Amino acid sequence: MQLAVNILVLASIYALICCGYVLIYRVSRVLSLAHGELMMLAAYGLYGTATLFSGHPVLAIAAAALLAVAVGIAVYFALMWRMTGESVLAAVLATIALGILLRGAMILMFGTQTQHPLRDLGWTNASLAIGEARISSVGLALLASTAFVYGGLAVFLRASRWGIRMRAAGQHPLLAAQRGIGLHGVYALTWGLAAFTAGIAGMLIACDAGLESTLVIIGLKAFPAALVGGLDSLVGALVGSLVVAAAEVLLIHYVDPLLSDVVPFAVLLAMLIVRPWGLFGTREELDRV
Amino acid sequence: MSGYFRTRYGEDAALLDTRMQKFWFVLLVLFLVPYPFLVNPLWLDLGNQVLLASIGAVALMLLTGYAGQISLGHAGLLAAGAFTTGILFKELAAPFWITLPASAATGAALGMLFGLPSLRLRGLYLAVSTLALHFIVIFAGSEYETRRGFSTGIVIDSPISDPRAWYFVLLAAAGATLLFALNLLRARTGRAWRAIHGREAVAEALGISVHRAKLSAFVVSSTLTAVTGCLFAYYRGFVSAEAFSLYLTIQYVAMIIIGGMGSLLGAVLGTVFVVLFPYAIDSTMSALRLSERFSSVIFAINYTAFGVVMIAFLVFEPQGLVGLWRRARDWFLLWPFKQRPLR
Repeated sequence: MQLAVNILVLASIYALICCGYVLIYRVSRVLSLAHGELMMLAAYGLYGTATLFSGHPVLAIAAAALLAVAVGIAVYFALMWRMTGESVLAAVLATIALGILLRGAMILMFGTQTQHPLRDLGWTNASLAIGEARISSVGLALLASTAFVYGGLAVFLRASRWGIRMRAAGQHPLLAAQRGIGLHGVYALTWGLAAFTAGIAGMLIACDAGLESTLVIIGLKAFPAALVGGLDSLVGALVGSLVVAAAEVLLIHYVDPLLSDVVPFAVLLAMLIVRPWGLFGTREELDRV
Repeated sequence: MSGYFRTRYGEDAALLDTRMQKFWFVLLVLFLVPYPFLVNPLWLDLGNQVLLASIGAVALMLLTGYAGQISLGHAGLLAAGAFTTGILFKELAAPFWITLPASAATGAALGMLFGLPSLRLRGLYLAVSTLALHFIVIFAGSEYETRRGFSTGIVIDSPISDPRAWYFVLLAAAGATLLFALNLLRARTGRAWRAIHGREAVAEALGISVHRAKLSAFVVSSTLTAVTGCLFAYYRGFVSAEAFSLYLTIQYVAMIIIGGMGSLLGAVLGTVFVVLFPYAIDSTMSALRLSERFSSVIFAINYTAFGVVMIAFLVFEPQGLVGLWRRARDWFLLWPFKQRPLR
């Protein structure tokens, strides 16, 4: 029972992170390796707003989330915008360079000691009992916000005007542009949304485990989940997160706790060998030989 | 357009064909040979680091710059070479002439393994699978460290201790690697690599075995990288999994980007730039008398500056330092004109 709860919480962490990977890849065919850094930036944003609006935790969270969206849009217009039309490698490397830059800048601005944004918000991480298992309240918040984000994205992509534009741009940028869709606006919105979801994930993880540089590793470890599910499918991201989280939690529990860092990547390799386009990915999307 | 025409096959095959190139080469040798006797120990160490890293950078350039296969597992391969050396040294007290070929063999085997996904995958997916292999190699290395009780790292006694002797060993190794790469790129293998980089379907139609070309690119590159790892282990006298982080991969990738894709000269120039970069920042800081204030976060300053430089090159000069150099050369060659004449 406790194992199942652990798997669910870890899966919702992964799912929350990798919907950013999926969104960016699906719309603009770019893999963002700066995702972990964006998470960390949003968490530091929360740390900053928590001290700024002390006594108004909801206001602080809303401000930090808005900040994350702004950062995502800024990243697009400052950097990724210039990478359109360049090779896949150049775009990926640009995100890697951005990641290094952000990591250095964050250490310079905020130092290296572990922060606890939850304490600054004035809340405590109470542990709740469900049957025999226990779950922390932040874990519960993680589950709820994952459900909220995925539900919201599903409605947004299907029903809203901008969501349909995003899907169109992802399917065929040239045709979409010819039908009058402004690609830069769509891409910027995608980066904003991805940074927003990454920010939610970053804030919640920071509330749960403290804010330090390991957040970046978690961001990177979530990537296999996106690929296992299929890089262009949001349903796939959910299923992939569950698979990877289950494999990780079970192997840690029954075999060796040190395996934690490699399990996602081992699952990823197995998936790439058997079915490179992922469980729910579209096959012809993959640039195959 | 230089008015120089090749009239014999010997001239066509020569690596240094014009008198000017021979002159510059002699000048370079005259600079490199007395270098260790002219500089202080810090600069000697930097020279050694440049020579060592240039082997790895040339290996990555062969794979990414020429064969067009993306790899983010370079640090993993370096670690594989270094750990093979370290483990053989610790377990069997193996001498240098056993560990070096053993590292090369490990590199070749891993290159085969790294290369297998490339037969089915391209672009992003390939980068991701090499990234996954990086984590697995590092995990295996740190697992060995903890199981055998070397949790801080493996200490290796080097057969060469004098840094000047190291300099000449590394110079010979780097020179041999460059010569090997230059000749390989002119031969059938290298031409096949460029062809699959250009367009795989056309290369296949021209009778090139795409699978064989890709695998050979991975094997050659990984072998050279693992040899670099072995030399690195001996040079540092110390192997630990922490030294081979993802940041090392990023540094090597930065070397070939900053140097300029698809050019061996670029690989060497990029190596010089990337290796000297942190020291340049360090000395700038101390010149500005800021080093005491920022001494605890100097690595963060390095990260930031490194990210800025990489982005600047990617956005403004995708051809890298070689592109800058070519433009400067053309400017002088063509002066007072601006454009190359149409052929």
